[in-house]
Amino acid sequence: MKSIEELKAIREKTLKEMSIRENDDKVRIVVGMATCGIAAGAKPVMSAFIDELNKRNINNVNVTMTGCIGICRLEPVAEIFDANGEKTTYVKLDAEKARRIVAEHIVNQKPVTEFTVGAAER
Amino acid sequence: MKDISLHLMDIAQNSIVAGADRISISLSVQGDPQMLIFEILDNGKGMDAEFLKKVTDPFKTSRTTRNVGLGIPLLMQSANMAGGELIIQSELGKGTKLQAKFEVKHIDRIPLGDISETIKMLIMANPNISWSIHFTSQKDNFTLDTDELKHHLDGVSIANNNVLEWIQNTITDGIKSVYGGVLDEVN
Repeated sequence: MKSIEELKAIREKTLKEMSIRENDDKVRIVVGMATCGIAAGAKPVMSAFIDELNKRNINNVNVTMTGCIGICRLEPVAEIFDANGEKTTYVKLDAEKARRIVAEHIVNQKPVTEFTVGAAER
Repeated sequence: MKDISLHLMDIAQNSIVAGADRISISLSVQGDPQMLIFEILDNGKGMDAEFLKKVTDPFKTSRTTRNVGLGIPLLMQSANMAGGELIIQSELGKGTKLQAKFEVKHIDRIPLGDISETIKMLIMANPNISWSIHFTSQKDNFTLDTDELKHHLDGVSIANNNVLEWIQNTITDGIKSVYGGVLDEVN
């Protein structure tokens, strides 16, 4: 059983880090997590986003979930809202694609065009 | 849905969409023959008797609400398939209690799956909801309450990565101590 003491130590450490880090504009990754998304494998996709961001120590990206986006046949779907408000919709995702999106879109700020809804609908 | 963690992820969204700010998730193993009981209790907007009757029927759901559809019918199917049942009680304006029962030793019983990861993701995406987690069996029991954690965290978000990792590990340990040797899939 993990102890509350451990949690308090995490708190102390985080408070110290928070004072150094500047307040960046938040980027949001929103994963479609309705029945359609989950059945198509949205959970491993969200897991890969979280893991890849943690591995790269990226803290200004918020990973969250939403219900049905309305394109069930293209699930798993994730939307990325950049700091400037631009939205990119990625479709038919898997864990590998999610990791590439973190590397190319989040880190290098170049959307992965081939995974977008625009490319899938062509 | 191939395991209970996926159903949990799915069904919990119904409580969130219903506007709940307190959601309790519990798993218990009890009785003879042993039944695994998965329960979600929320203080969301609830359903009236007529809606409640329709909620397990995938072909009678109202498309406009979007919070029902295949999720509940699929969970009912998983429970029925394993000698269990699905029970939903709800009161308009009060909340909803959903229980899915599975016969532990039934050959078609779906496994727990990665429950701790699902709960971590739910908390991460909905940090303002009060989540209360309970596991029980004849062997042990486990409780985690995010309100209590928030009290200790004073000033640090519960959605902080290190905190979420601690929560996930704590829940994983909880599952091991409550269900190790009780459910075949937990060592």
